[in-house]
This record gives sequence, structure tokens and C-alpha cells, in this order.
Amino acid sequence: MAIELRSGVPDGAMAEKWSRHQFELKLVNPANKRRYSVIVVGSGLAGASAAASLAELGYGVSCFCIHDSPRRAHSIAAQGGINAAKNYPNDGDSVHRLFYDTVKGGDYRAREANVHRLAEISNSIIDQCVAQGVPFAREYSGLLDNRSFGGAQVSRTFYARGQTGQQLLLGAYGALSRQVGLGNVALHTRHEMLELVLIDGAARGIVTRNLATGAIDAHVADAVVLATGGYGNVYFLSTNAKQSNVTATWRAHRNGALFANPCFVQIHPTCIPVSGSHQSKLTLMSESLRNDGRVWVPRDQGDSRPPAEIPDAERNYYLEERYPSFGNLVPRDVASRAAKAVCDDGFGVGATGQAVFLDFRDAQARMGRPAVEQKYGNLFQMYEQITGENGYQTPMRIFPAVHYTMGGLWVDYNLQSTVPGLFVIGEANFSDHGANRLGASALMQGLADGYFVLPYTIGGYLAEATLPPADGSHAACGDAVRTATGRLERLLAVGGSTPVDDLHRELGQVMWDHAGMSRNATHLGAAKDAVRVLRERFWREVGVPGAQAGINQPLERAGRLADFLEFGELLIDDALHRNESCGSHFREEHQTDDNEALRNDDEYAYVAAWEYRGEDTAAALHREPLEFIEVKPSVRSYK
Amino acid sequence: MAAASSANLDLTLDVWRQASPDERGGFQRYEMAGMSPDMSFLELLDQLNDRLEREGKEPIAFDHDCREGICGSCGFLINGHAHGPQSGITSCQLHLRSFRSGDHLVVEPWRSSSLPVIKDLVVDRSAFDRIIQAGGFISANTGSAPDANALPVSRTKAELAMDAAACIGCGACVATCKNASAMLFTAAKASQLALLPQGQPERHQRAVRMVEAMDDAGFGNCTNERECEGNCPKQISFSHIARLNRDYIAGKLRAVT
Repeated sequence: MAIELRSGVPDGAMAEKWSRHQFELKLVNPANKRRYSVIVVGSGLAGASAAASLAELGYGVSCFCIHDSPRRAHSIAAQGGINAAKNYPNDGDSVHRLFYDTVKGGDYRAREANVHRLAEISNSIIDQCVAQGVPFAREYSGLLDNRSFGGAQVSRTFYARGQTGQQLLLGAYGALSRQVGLGNVALHTRHEMLELVLIDGAARGIVTRNLATGAIDAHVADAVVLATGGYGNVYFLSTNAKQSNVTATWRAHRNGALFANPCFVQIHPTCIPVSGSHQSKLTLMSESLRNDGRVWVPRDQGDSRPPAEIPDAERNYYLEERYPSFGNLVPRDVASRAAKAVCDDGFGVGATGQAVFLDFRDAQARMGRPAVEQKYGNLFQMYEQITGENGYQTPMRIFPAVHYTMGGLWVDYNLQSTVPGLFVIGEANFSDHGANRLGASALMQGLADGYFVLPYTIGGYLAEATLPPADGSHAACGDAVRTATGRLERLLAVGGSTPVDDLHRELGQVMWDHAGMSRNATHLGAAKDAVRVLRERFWREVGVPGAQAGINQPLERAGRLADFLEFGELLIDDALHRNESCGSHFREEHQTDDNEALRNDDEYAYVAAWEYRGEDTAAALHREPLEFIEVKPSVRSYK
Repeated sequence: MAAASSANLDLTLDVWRQASPDERGGFQRYEMAGMSPDMSFLELLDQLNDRLEREGKEPIAFDHDCREGICGSCGFLINGHAHGPQSGITSCQLHLRSFRSGDHLVVEPWRSSSLPVIKDLVVDRSAFDRIIQAGGFISANTGSAPDANALPVSRTKAELAMDAAACIGCGACVATCKNASAMLFTAAKASQLALLPQGQPERHQRAVRMVEAMDDAGFGNCTNERECEGNCPKQISFSHIARLNRDYIAGKLRAVT
């Protein structure tokens, strides 16, 4: 298949591209919109906002989610906040600065025009959310409060306590629910997409399994939107929700959608460490803790004294020593790698040795305990709830964990994948965060895509597409249903005795050890072999009890793991091919003399988009060159 | 917190097993020996399910997702308490150090005819969605919003609204109410929006529609027992119900006049 990656970025000055493009996009006559139908898969920030906005415009929308209610999508767990270029604090923020920070923060691996559009739209998102009744934090004046977040030098983050994602999602869920109530959206809860349906080369539908009854059905529409989140659970342990998975995007990939930059995985430095082999997921604590907590490990390996008894001279405040100007506030990727390095060298603390201290002793001495409580009380409570330890009396133990995936299905400026009619929004696409995402920008991107980008661009597609009438009786639907059903039957027929999660943990361990925070060609090569072996073992050893009908949670997990086992290899291939260190992707062969990331703009300033060629055939690489016109690449330094 | 256990625990579980909505369910006993106190309650069920799967048996079905107390998926009665014996947390946030070795735990799904059991500990909470669909929103189409700071909101009101907005829709309030009322769930959303200036135009109509949807779904009425408040993992105040009642009456009276 000859694939030409056309980003479709409009001509003209950066600041005028989006408005110009909006004008140039063909419109669908208001009276005709109801003749078009759109399937939206996923109900997180991107999916719910898109489904609601499309229905408000008059399109016939079907929305599918794997949860029992759209309100439970994993966007709900986002804590910190959402960025916008409002400049309410009058501290020098602007659309251009937000754009600049995001491109730079992404280590020059994002598409400039998409990021600029994101920054332009950011303000409308806040307006929309406030109008919906999202209870953002406010000043005593009644006006909106902002805070600085993730090392930004301006205060541009809007927040609702530590539950910003929840409140934004419930706002979008309210808008979606309104359209469901009005009959404009057909809502399908407890439905999982298992296949994409293509008719004449265009995405026209999906096959789903009803997770409550087991029924397999084909659904047909004029376009399909995937808003199915990221793939962090390929590592088994992550801060992602247990059900987050790669299946929808992987099935689309197998049907022709290119997968871009899968090796860009964000690892968050302040998570609660693993406590034992029973661990099922990891919990993030807001990185605001690093504003006042000091990170350290003992200078002596295996120092088992209680931390309070270790004198300052015998403590290694390694971030402060190595990065004197940023200290404990270095960006996420830098802080995570440094923690791994000290633990790999045998200085880790706690029962597993896979943790570092985050100490509030000095903060309490300086500010007093009440001030620390006021600022971080809920986080100390959360820590105590999970670990049984009091963070005021003894330092917290933290360790990095997989948190967000910048890679995803390749999309053009219209958020359309390489499959016509298949649009991909939110974390599921690759477009805006490059090799590293800044704090408080995931919520911004999800809502920008869903409220303000997709509703325009999908209209441009529908207005111009020639789509033959089709329904569930089309042969392509029958084929896709057979593929999905056959796969489920195959999973149930393996008849082994190894539980799905055992194999998933093994995959996660391989990925974490060899394709995690720090990578090299030797380890990646070994990981690729290990994943292949594991994939073969999976299809021989896995035990899936029960039947296809009714709720069968092991069957759900087995299907998702089967896809992760294929996807994991692609992630490794991508990491192997990218012979540079950039953002979250650190290749040990490519570092400076003082162990900092060494980017290679001459050879790798491109998006790596992979084409599926078959289960036993290597994926084919396609490159979308990245041009930096407004923000000239420079070296990120936090020394 | 309850007396913390630091040694591993032996626990006896009686778990509700029910194959499908139409079949009769019953309790099954499982002995769980040597469980780490650092384990969460859902990880205890994971361990049990792992054992069942190795034996080729069907594991216990239960809803769960974020495992950090915010998605609202999980929730069972543990010895009659919604989300277990501790207040202010969900089942996924409950850790075994809250129990003592030798404890006997009875684990049941929410009990309400409006939240029927689908399988084991999984219940159908779609009635909650229908209540929200009936009016639990502000009708602001995308793109129609004025500048976010055009409408100041008193900080006190915004904080109160946020208290109500913290509801995760788990169903604990219904499960612990002797009338199986969904008033706390319904009031949390109605009250959040009633406290904000943006929510005023639809305020009374919203209350009426949401309460009617609640009644249609078969939930009982509120008789001021306050069990809901006591068992709410987000500790949402019962006072929001009073605000909903006032708006409901106002809405009904307006409809008459």
C-alpha cells in the first residue's frame, strides 16, 4: 500500500491557520446534518465532548463506552488542572506562550500547527466548562483562580480542588446526557469495540461485544470517531484505570490506521511505590508535592536506619545536587530517570528498594505543620490510606510510574487517521504533546478535540465524501463480526490454566525493565524476543473460564492482553529505531557526558508512523517530517 | 483508622454469587490465608479470583476501574456497610490493615430493585444515568458560552457547589437507605447546579424532572434517616436534599400557576 502522510496543515501565518481552515472546510447544510450518523467510541473528555457537540449540531450520534456509565471514563481521575491562555493573572501569558511552552515541553516532536490551534482553543474550553457549571476554584472576588503547575513560569492552570478531571468530565457527561435525553445520541454502555468495519476503504462502523450479555453486533454510520485513550497498561502497572486498553486503536491499526510514536510514554515521578506482588495498579500523587518536599536517598547502600535518624551529611539530595537551579522541580522525565538511576545503583529505600524519599521535615520546620496540612493535607491522607504511614512523621516513599502515552494513531490536521472517515481524538491520537506532555495539558487537548476541532473537521469530511448507503447487513459487517467472534472463540478454546493477569504482569515486567524510563538497543532487542515468546505462550497457556455469553471479565481482559502483546512489540520497534533521546524516550547510547538526553534533530525530527503488515511481518515505517517555523529547537537544560 | 494490622491476615469471606439477573443467588464461603495488610480490598478479590481461575472456576464478577476512589465503579456491602467499615472511602481504597486476622466478612452487591444484580457483585446502575439525562445539566451548547469571568460566583457558593459535585455516582446512598431512595445522588447534582448562577434559568424545572425520573426508576422516597450521608464515600451532606426539595416544590407550584 502506498501511503503518503499528508498532514494537511493549512497555509498562511501560524496564528491564522485554524481560522482560515475553518472557513475553507466545506459545511454540511443544517437540514442535512440529521441525515449523517457518527459513531463515537469512548466517553472520556474527548469522546463525551465530541458526542455532545456533534449531536447539538444535528448529527445522529451513537456513543459507546465500556463502563456501566459514560461518567466513569478514566479522564475522571485526572487531579491537577487544565491549562488555558486566559492571562487572568496578568503575568504575561498568551496564546503564543502556551503554544511555545507546549512545543518546547514536547521536546520538538509535536506538529506546530496542531499545538498552536490547541493554545488558541484553550480559552474557549474554560468558557464552555464554566457555562456548564463546572465548579472551578475561585478567588474571594468571585473570579476564577489560577495556579502554576508542572514548572510553568506563568499561572495558567484552572482547577477544581484535586478533582479537575472529574469535574470537567461530569460537565461533558452532562452535555452528553442532555443529548441522550433529547434522543439525539444513542448511548451504548458496557459495550466494547472489537473490530472496525471498512466499506469501500472508508471507516463505516464497528463491531462491539455487549459486556453484560455477550452479544456481538455490528453498528454502521457515516464516520467513526475513536476516543479510547492511551495504552499505558501495556506495562500492567500504571496509574491508568484497570480497563484502559489499546484494543480499539490496535484493531484500527490492523485495519490500516498508522500508529505514531508508540515509544513516547510518560512516566510520572511521584507515585506511591509497589507494596508487593498483589499490586494491581499504581496511584499518582500530585506533583505539586515537589514544590515543598525534598527528594533524597541515603548515601550508603542498604542504610536501614529509620530515615529520621540519618543525618543530613549522610543523605543524598540528588536532584538538588545535580540540578541546582531547578532542584526538586525538574520536569517529570528528568525526575523519573534520576529516581530510577539511584535505585538501580542500590540506594533505593523501603522493603523493595524501589523507592526514594520525599521528605517534608524541612517544609514543616519552615512553614509549620498547619501550613503543610493546609496545602497538601488530602495528599498526606491518601498516602496514609494506601501505605499506613504518616507522611508528616516519616518521609513519604515515592517511585515513578507509567502515567500517559503521547503516542497514538496518526492523524492529520483534521484529526483524521490514514483510514478515511476514521477520526481519532484525545489521548488516543499522537498529535499535540510530542515526546513529553506538560502537566495540565491532557485535559485541554481532550476537550479541544471534542468540543472545538472535530465538530468542524468531521463536517468537512462528510460534506465531501461519497458514501454508499449501508447497514448492518453489509458483507463487510458480517466479515468483521466473524473476525471478532472467531477471536473470542479462540481465546476461550486455549484451555490453559494460567490466569490472564499472570501473563499481563509478565508482559508489564518486560516492558518496564527494558522499554521503560531508560532504554538501550541490547535490552530492547531482548525485550522484543521476550514479548514474542510471551505472545506464543499466551495462546498456549492462557486459561479463560466461562463462556462468551454474559459477563465474562477474564475474557474481556484476555482480548485486551492479546492486543497488548502485539502492540508491545511495535512500541519496542519504535524505541529501537529512534536512535536519539528526546522527551520521555531516553536511549542510553545517546546522552551527553553528564548523562542528559541528547536529541538528534538532523535525523529524527519526524513523526514515526507505523503501518501494519501482518502478525509475523515487521511494521513499515513512514515518516512525517516536522518543521519548526515559530519555535526554533533548543536544548532543554535544567541545570 | 481502625487498629492497624502489620502481620498477614487470615480472612473468611462469604461472597454473593449469582450467575445472571434471573437466577437465584447465594453466599459462597472462601478462606483467604496469609493476606498482606497492604492489600486493598479489591486486591483481596483479585487474589481470590486468581485462585478460582487456576482451578478453572468462574471468578467473582465485580465492577472496578480507577482503583483510587474517583470513578465510582466499585462498591459492595461489607458486613452491611457500604464500602466497608471506614467512612469517607470507596471499596478500592479500603486496605486489609483495617481488619484483624480471623475476621469474617460478608460481601454483597448493592440491594435495591432499582439497581438490579446482573452478576455476582455487579449491579445495573443505568437508572442513575436516566436521572441525569432528565435534567442533571445546564443546557449550554458548545460555543455559546460568554467569557468565563463574565459571571462572578461567590467563593462560598462555588465551594458548596464543589462539595455536592464530588458525588461519584457509586450507589452507596441507595444501598444503605431503608427506602432505597436515590435522593442524595439526585440532590447532589441538582444542588450543585442550583447553587451556581449559571444554573438558575433551569433550576426548578431541573428539580422536577430529576425527581420524576427518580420516581420512574422505582427509587423510594426520603424519610430523613441520613444513612446516605453517613455511608457516602464523598461525605456529601444531607442538606443538599433540602435544597432539592425546596426547588421541587417551587417547580411544582410554578407548573400549577
